[in-house]
Amino acid sequence: MNTFKTLPRNKLLLVAAISSSLLLSACSDSDNTPEVTPPTPPAPVVNQVYSVTVTNLTANQPMSPITLIAHGDISAWQVGSPASLALETIAESGDGSLFSSMDDVDSVTVGAGILPPGMSESIELSLAPDDVDSLSILTMLVNTNDAFAGLNDFSLSDLAVEQSIRFRSIAYDAGTESNSEAKGTLPGPADGGEGFNAMRDDVDRVHAHPGVISQDDGLTDSVLSASHRFDNPVLNITINRTQ
Amino acid sequence: MNLNKVSKILILNGLMLAAPTMAAELEISITNLTQGNHFTPILITAHDSTSHQFQAGEMASPALQKMAEGGDIADLMAAATGNNELTVGNPAEGLLAPGGKVNEIMLDTQSMTHLSIVAMVLPTNDAFIGLDAWEIPTTPGTYTINVNAYDAGTEANDEIVNGGGMSGTPGIPAAPGMDAGMNGTGVSDTSANDKVHIHPGVLGDMDEAGGISDLDSRIHRWLNPVARVVVEVK
Repeated sequence: MNTFKTLPRNKLLLVAAISSSLLLSACSDSDNTPEVTPPTPPAPVVNQVYSVTVTNLTANQPMSPITLIAHGDISAWQVGSPASLALETIAESGDGSLFSSMDDVDSVTVGAGILPPGMSESIELSLAPDDVDSLSILTMLVNTNDAFAGLNDFSLSDLAVEQSIRFRSIAYDAGTESNSEAKGTLPGPADGGEGFNAMRDDVDRVHAHPGVISQDDGLTDSVLSASHRFDNPVLNITINRTQ
Repeated sequence: MNLNKVSKILILNGLMLAAPTMAAELEISITNLTQGNHFTPILITAHDSTSHQFQAGEMASPALQKMAEGGDIADLMAAATGNNELTVGNPAEGLLAPGGKVNEIMLDTQSMTHLSIVAMVLPTNDAFIGLDAWEIPTTPGTYTINVNAYDAGTEANDEIVNGGGMSGTPGIPAAPGMDAGMNGTGVSDTSANDKVHIHPGVLGDMDEAGGISDLDSRIHRWLNPVARVVVEVK
């Protein structure tokens, strides 16, 4: 069993309210004496910096470049609902760039490259204080038709400097491409086949991935073998706030 | 924080020192995470720290067996009521389909401190979603729990869909998605584990008219977790 708690997000509002009241009270009444008041320089926006360390826990499923998305009031995915085009694209091809042009997305940060099984990568994430409220992380298990893993809409606003938090992700299925495991349909090194295809020939709703079957377990058309099978969790994510 | 004003004042004054167990209002949602498995009517109970609907590593009660093999929660519900527990029976009003979600289940915990949830997974012989005695947090907030599929350990997992839903009757009562095969020869379940345990998953095959199993390995397999429970403590 794995439990986490979502903390409320009212702190920023509180800070904003306090600082605006300070600004108001700082405006002194002016009399007729001409005064040369240098304009108060705007307080520099100091970004909050996080180190996001991601570990690929699978046996033989490389992960596509880790994509970190700071966003507003949207969900990267919702179990039981159809995938967005951006989610379909990363889940089928590993390419998360469509999130950059999505409404309500503040910034997209992408890891250095493919994250091989057993490997870890630390990615520095620098966010304006206004943008720490909703972070999502996505990556594709590339030796699959449309499996992905990550973190959905987590608020970093209560994470203090030098505090860290850990998550483990299960594998999800975007539900946009049939899990045929067939030659030519998987973009990963097990096949080198097609990535994104706009056709949706599966249940068209996101769900927990049932796992791959592989040729070794009776799916005769599968290009996958026993080592491509996976179990949950598939990804470890540690977020450490450094500044 | 969603603390009400009275508790905020109490905290400010440092008066929460010897607070007794306080009733909490819970709002619960349950999501079926699977690709192709239904849940039969769900039973939620709130109880004290010593009660359980099931425990991994222990024998299933006859009431639990009845739920796990046939989806019938009546006996579990009667036992819980007899034990002065709080119950919410069948909040989804029937089957909870793959990808389905039932929400806004309200529960006032009164003096109860722990939460349990069960429902049979179909089509299986005796798999059920199980949350065993989760301690209800006293801090208001939203808590997410991933729930695994357990095997009641009471029936061999032969994967034959034959309508067998009574306790002790072999076979699977139904495949509500109408996506099972027939005439399977039956999986030989050599497990000697008759205690409640984590379900090994189903095997299935790709032969609708025969093969070893009536289940479809492309539709009915799962990996844990199979359900997600979100509890908002108000």
